[in-house]
Amino acid sequence: MRVEFYQSAIPSDELLDGIKAGPDGAVVLFDGIVRDNTRGRKTLYLVYEAYEAMALEQMRGLAAEAVERFGVRDVALAHRLGRLEIGETSVLIAVASAHRGAAFEACRWIIDTLKKTVPIWKKEHFVDGAVWADGEPFPATIVPVAAPVTPR
Amino acid sequence: MHVEVLYFGVLKDVLRRERERIELAGPVSVEALLGRIRETERGNDSLWESLAVAINGVYAGRGDLVRDGDEVALLPPVSGGLGWAA
Repeated sequence: MRVEFYQSAIPSDELLDGIKAGPDGAVVLFDGIVRDNTRGRKTLYLVYEAYEAMALEQMRGLAAEAVERFGVRDVALAHRLGRLEIGETSVLIAVASAHRGAAFEACRWIIDTLKKTVPIWKKEHFVDGAVWADGEPFPATIVPVAAPVTPR
Repeated sequence: MHVEVLYFGVLKDVLRRERERIELAGPVSVEALLGRIRETERGNDSLWESLAVAINGVYAGRGDLVRDGDEVALLPPVSGGLGWAA
């Protein structure tokens, strides 16, 4: 399983070619790219940062768990860091499997889980300022939901 | 004893630093360490309640103990991958 961070462009073609093997009937590729707007506000560029050592371990864990859960043969997972321009690939996931169904499911599970649990953050730069993107709340297994305050 | 505390994402901007060494009399819970950092800092309640904490690269609970030499990371909700939740 190839799991890496990149400070410059992710070599998508190389990753795609590299993962294919004899027993595979399908490779599902997810290519996450930088959009030119956020809720209609024009984005200039993004900057991604990570708690790298932990994020890499988490991504390796996701790749291994995907193989286990969905019975796919192999997973490649690459994430960009630093400044990204519009249209560039921020994350690339390739899943190779004998059958397409498992590959689609595994690929979707990896991106959905990565977005909620892997310590990576992005700052969005607009014409008139920059903000850290609001992440989704952590799953309750990581941060328990605070007990609601009971009104008196 | 001392611990090394790392800050990421919006926390770096709020606290105006990426890391610091904090001296402690002895092992304390994650909750107690968070309380101590928060005492002197700004930042709204929802940010502090939404944080995850990792000890030496592994997610930790609020009751877990921080020990001498540990690396403790304060992690705001993550936003890797692609665009907004939509």
